[in-house]
Amino acid sequence: MSMTDFFTLLLLIAGAFFYIAGTVGLLRFPDIYSRLHALTKADNLGLGLVIVGLALQAESLTVVFKLILIWLLVLLASASVAHLVARSAQQKGIKPWTR
Amino acid sequence: MTLLQWLFDGLLGVTLIWLAWQTLASADLFKAIVLFIAFGLLMALAWVRLNAPDIALAEAAIGAGLTGALLLVALARLNAVAAKTDNTESNRNAKQRFAPEDSVRTTAAVNQGFSNKQNLFRYSLVLMLSAVAAGLAYAVLSLPPEAPGLSRNVAENLYLSGVSNPVTAVLLNFRGYDTLLEMAVLLLALLGVWSLRRLPEQYDSSPGPVLDMLSRLLVPLLLLVAGYLLWVGARAPGGAFQAGSVLAAAGVLLLLAGWRLTARFLGWPLRFALIIGLAVFVSVALIMMLSGGQLLQLPPAFAGALILLIETAATLSIGVTLAALFYGSRPQPEQISARQTDSGGENE
Repeated sequence: MSMTDFFTLLLLIAGAFFYIAGTVGLLRFPDIYSRLHALTKADNLGLGLVIVGLALQAESLTVVFKLILIWLLVLLASASVAHLVARSAQQKGIKPWTR
Repeated sequence: MTLLQWLFDGLLGVTLIWLAWQTLASADLFKAIVLFIAFGLLMALAWVRLNAPDIALAEAAIGAGLTGALLLVALARLNAVAAKTDNTESNRNAKQRFAPEDSVRTTAAVNQGFSNKQNLFRYSLVLMLSAVAAGLAYAVLSLPPEAPGLSRNVAENLYLSGVSNPVTAVLLNFRGYDTLLEMAVLLLALLGVWSLRRLPEQYDSSPGPVLDMLSRLLVPLLLLVAGYLLWVGARAPGGAFQAGSVLAAAGVLLLLAGWRLTARFLGWPLRFALIIGLAVFVSVALIMMLSGGQLLQLPPAFAGALILLIETAATLSIGVTLAALFYGSRPQPEQISARQTDSGGENE
C-alpha cells in the first residue's frame, strides 16, 4: 500500500467515525436543537474528511475541484437548513431541552 | 470485492422495501413524505448501481426532490384548509386534524364494527395480491438470462441520431413520441391545477435573511447546472428533464424565499415559457413531415442541432411548469402586486 492509499484509508475511516458520531447524536440527543447540532456539525466534518481522502485519489485537478465544490455546497445547504429547521421549531414554541 | 457489492446491493434492496413499507404504513403524513423522499434518494442510488445514471439523475431530481416538495406543500395546504374548516365549526383540534391518533382510532372503531367483513376483505386482498406477485415472479424468472433487448439496434443506429448518448438518442429521436407525450401530460397537469379554485397564499411567514442569502447563492449555480445538464445530454447522462427539474428547483427556492413574478410577466410571457417546449417539438415534427419525412423523423444531417433546439425549449418549459405546479393555483396579478418584494424576480 502506498503512502497516499494509507492516508486515504485513514481519512475515510476518520470521516466514517464522525458520521457515526453524528448519527448516534441524532438518535440519542434529547431535543430537536441538539440533534440538529449533532447532525450538521459532525456530518460536515465527516464529509470534509471523506472528501479530502477521495481527493488524494483523484486523477485530475478538475475532480479535486468538483469534490471541494460538493463539500462547500453541502456546508452551505446544511448550515442554512439547520438554521431554518431550528427557526421554525422556535416559532412553533418548542423549548430547548434543559436538564 | 464482489461479496462486498452483493452485501451493499442486498442492504440497499432490503432498505428500499422497508422504506416503502414504512412510507405506506405511516399514519403521520409528514413522516410518510419524509420517508418517501429518503426512498427516492436511495432509489437513485439503486439506479446508479444498475448502471443507469440518467434515471438516477431524474429520480433524485424529480422523484425525490420536486415530488417531495410538491407533497410537502400539498400537506401544508391540507393542514391550512383543515384548520380553517375546524375554526369555523369548532375551535379545537385545529392542528391535530391529520394527526396519527385520529385515523388509528377510526380504523379501530371500524374494525370492531365490521371485523368479519373486514377480515374477509383482507384475506381476499392478500390472496389476489399473492396471485399478482406470483405472476410477476414467474414473468421475471422466465426472462432469458442475457437479453440484448434493443440496445444493439440503438448502438447500430446511433450515428444517425445526431447525439452520442444512447439515452438521449432514444428519448429525443428514436422514441420521440414518448417524450412529446410526457411533456403534454405535464402541461395538462398544470392546466388541471390552474382550473381548480384558488387557494390562499401559503408562505406568509417572512423567509428571513438566511433563506434569502441561500437562494441568492444557489440560484445562479442551479441555472449553471441546468445549462450544463442540457448541453452535456448530447453525449453523457443529462438532458431536458434533468435540466428542467434543476431549473424548477431554482424556481421553488425563489418562491420559498418570497420572490414572485411581476404582473407584466404573468400574461403571455409565462404562458409562452410554459408551452414553448411542446410547441417547438410539435413544429419540428410537423415541418419534418411536410418536407417529405415522417412525423418526428429527424434527418441525420441536422438531428444534433434539432435535438439541442427541442431540448432547450423543453428544459425551459419543464422548469417553469414544475415550478408553477409547486406554486399551485394560477398566479394572479393583484395578489402579486400586494406582496411584491424585490425588483421583479424572474421565476426561473
